[in-house]
Amino acid sequence: MKKKRLQNRTAREARESRIPGAAPTLARKDFESDQDVRWCPGCGDYSILAQTQRIMPELGIPREDIVFISGIGCSSRFPYYMNTYGFHTIHGRAPTIATGVKIANPELSVWVVTGDGDALSIGGNHFIHLMRRNFDLNVLLFNNRIYGLTKGQYSPTSEQGKMTKSTPLGSLDTPFNPISLALASGATFVARSLDRDPDHLRTVIKQAFEHKGTAFIEIYQNCNVFNDKTFFAYTEKETKAENTVFLEHGEPLVFGSERDKGIRLNGFHPEVVDITNGEYTIKDLIVHDRYAEDTTGANFLAQMSDTPDMPHPIGIFRSVTHPCYENLMTDQIAFAKERMGEGELEALLNAGETWTVT
Amino acid sequence: MKIQEESIVTRKPVEQIEAATILFAGDSGDGSQTIGAQMTETTALVGNDVATLPDYPAEIRAPAGSLAGVSGFQLHFSSEQIHTPGDLCDVLVAMNPAALKVHLQKLRPNGILIVNSDNFARRNLRLAGYEQNPLEDDTLTKYQVFPVELTRLTRQTLEDTALTNRQIDLCRNFFALGMILWLYNRPMDYALDWIKKTLGRKRPEFVVPNILALRAGNTYCEATEQFATSYNVKPAEFSPGTYRNIEGNMATVLGLVAASRQAGLPLVYGSYPITPASDILHGLAQYRNFGVVTMQMEDEIAAVGVAIGASFGGALGVTGSSGPGLALKSEAINLAMIAELPLVICNIQRAGPSTGMPTKTEQSDLLQMLYGRNGESPIPIVAPMRPYDCFDTVYEACRIAVKYRTPVIFLSDLYIAMGAEPWKIPKLSELPTIEPNFANGFSHNGDAFEPYLREVETLARPWAKPGTPGLEHRIGGLEKSDVTGNVSYDAENHEKMVHLRAEKVARVRQDIPPLEVFGAEEGELLLLGWGSTYGPIRTAVENCIADGVSNVAHVHIRHLNPFPSDLGEILTRFKKVLIPELNTGQLRQLIRSTYLIDALGLNKVQGQPFHVFEVEAKINELL
Repeated sequence: MKKKRLQNRTAREARESRIPGAAPTLARKDFESDQDVRWCPGCGDYSILAQTQRIMPELGIPREDIVFISGIGCSSRFPYYMNTYGFHTIHGRAPTIATGVKIANPELSVWVVTGDGDALSIGGNHFIHLMRRNFDLNVLLFNNRIYGLTKGQYSPTSEQGKMTKSTPLGSLDTPFNPISLALASGATFVARSLDRDPDHLRTVIKQAFEHKGTAFIEIYQNCNVFNDKTFFAYTEKETKAENTVFLEHGEPLVFGSERDKGIRLNGFHPEVVDITNGEYTIKDLIVHDRYAEDTTGANFLAQMSDTPDMPHPIGIFRSVTHPCYENLMTDQIAFAKERMGEGELEALLNAGETWTVT
Repeated sequence: MKIQEESIVTRKPVEQIEAATILFAGDSGDGSQTIGAQMTETTALVGNDVATLPDYPAEIRAPAGSLAGVSGFQLHFSSEQIHTPGDLCDVLVAMNPAALKVHLQKLRPNGILIVNSDNFARRNLRLAGYEQNPLEDDTLTKYQVFPVELTRLTRQTLEDTALTNRQIDLCRNFFALGMILWLYNRPMDYALDWIKKTLGRKRPEFVVPNILALRAGNTYCEATEQFATSYNVKPAEFSPGTYRNIEGNMATVLGLVAASRQAGLPLVYGSYPITPASDILHGLAQYRNFGVVTMQMEDEIAAVGVAIGASFGGALGVTGSSGPGLALKSEAINLAMIAELPLVICNIQRAGPSTGMPTKTEQSDLLQMLYGRNGESPIPIVAPMRPYDCFDTVYEACRIAVKYRTPVIFLSDLYIAMGAEPWKIPKLSELPTIEPNFANGFSHNGDAFEPYLREVETLARPWAKPGTPGLEHRIGGLEKSDVTGNVSYDAENHEKMVHLRAEKVARVRQDIPPLEVFGAEEGELLLLGWGSTYGPIRTAVENCIADGVSNVAHVHIRHLNPFPSDLGEILTRFKKVLIPELNTGQLRQLIRSTYLIDALGLNKVQGQPFHVFEVEAKINELL
């Protein structure tokens, strides 16, 4: 008991005595909770958890200012494993609860952890509205194209024709493209990363954190029990280079194991061209501009992953700065106080036409 | 405001009466609500007790002249204390045949009927379903009928103004108001002030015409032979204090702001537009200068979600809706229940099921609020009894939520929400204290912070807000292990937690003051009520006692879960217990199963409040 109190005091004192801007000295272990992690062995979630715990100390914020909020599904167990504040809520509703936390205390670093079913099916409405409001928070969507916790039904990102327990003859729905949906909803930071590319994942998470506004990351995540290898074409060494194009701001879209291919715009359609046979050169390729206010370019890139024989773009599609909802609210409150004066309860109750009986 | 008595001093006879009930009715666009509000404010300012109730159609602008488009405003004022907007009306102002058709049943025999006779042409009669003109046959022989050419007279009054006939017709309501002010000897000052200030800001071109119409209506009554007598209602006796007229929803708004201020917690209100709860959102949205955050969310679930998130973040999270919205929110409310976070949920009931009758009143969500969630999910419920009581009751909801770390349902209804009456403004020092008592780094024992280690007296768990060092913890909708709050599937722990959560809510009872028994302390018949039936029940019992009945009493409960601890004993003191409710017997079912007594019901599900005479008739039947 005494020891814990001492620890608390130390944490508080450390916080109070911190030099502004200086990072607290925390390590990965400080972000691991005492709970046993209970995902299936081999699940892609382990990697995402590990990269998140590894990058947290680099963000320079104290543990107590971090809140992880999730919905329901395998991914949504995430908060239990982070030694921060956490709230495992109900199916699809994490964005709404994260909104409440952020509006109540804009100082907090808020992270939503969700899955393809949680965010895009039952929580689809909240997802699009969260994107358009642009709170300064981060959304990690673990996309494994399957319902895992309920043991293997197709999800809103499953490819059409998917044979699952609930669709023995194949699913009929056209899947959502989460990147396109986020862009269409007005998201200011939109990225895609891979569970099996730890370095890239950490980099993108860090950039998401640094972005002022809602940062959305779709993470291709392998469910080795119900939908094994669904993204292996994009994540495994043998095929990754041919099937993905990594987005770098200001760089042409070049890919391939020999860096011999690129993406060119043919009219309104992106197409893959060979840049070694002399017909096209690197100068003909699309140059990625993640800071473009206009979303046309980002939309072209997003739709590549819906187009057969096109590589899937990985990286940051869009990163633009717009006012954050919580700041607009704070400004509005300040404006109201300036115009009407700080609210006085006594005056409020006695407002309007009153009369006194003696 | 100072009343300067700008009104014609009548030379005709004035009859003193104790009380009056007036109903203004017309097309949605005829301005019945506006003149109803003017008459209400004037009447409150001259010192009468007053109670009002608007009656809107669900359609915004149903076709002109149709029955569906009739909008009414009922106003009851008295020289005595009153509790309802009145049963049958003494005066009905009907601006067209449809208004007459819809509301004539509410006019007492020999009551005064003022109609705009210019509107009783064939087309309007047909729209209202009249085969013949009721002004010309014997439909209205029971009443004192005053046909007034309101359209022609208003046009004549305003013929020199720049307005078109269409615009002039919009001033007819103030002509009618001028008549009613004369009929009840009220000054025109308040209405004139409103026209100049409020209307002047929005539609300055209508200021002079409306003033002229108002005065013309007043003069018309004095000048014509038609009106021989006017009436006067003396001021009522009020206990000393400062008063204002207030609607239920506005009292709810003020109660929430007051609770937030007294608790030192920022208020975050998440909502989605729905009748009749939207006015709470509109009201709170005005108070950004109090730091009030209102968010109109994408749906009902998001609205409660944002409130829960705000509570987790250390604010006072509140959401509001009506029955259908509550159905959508129930899963999230259950999350707040198991997470044991403060949350206030306002349900402004309307007539169900499903979309039901959105602009009509009912009390049929009680069992939904008590039981409408999966699993064992106890939640305190409080219900206001009259418009001004919304202030105290929603404040009480906030107090319980914060003290016991639980969602609390504030169960109002349309009749209360839209009704208005004078409210004695409380002093801030009279308001109960609300202490958030946030956990801090030194508030716990043991090696780690224990988010489910309960207070001994209340069984409340610590409220540890993010940002507090050393208290990092995880909560959620999965069953919690006692004390640690870790996820647990342990059989005995689950049973223990179910009982602990129930016991915590039961302990709210320790804060409930003794019930007031109005009338006989014991005897033949107890009327037990909750919510908006207070007015009709209390008036009926008062009338019976005035008639010499000595063995009847009235108890009205604000706390519906848990019940007050003295309720069971009080019930045993009476031979019969009658529970009037605007549902098919929901409280009755609870009272029967809780106290094993054969409670009787008086039930009405017509989307309308009880009439006092209905309750009186039932009392007489049982005694």
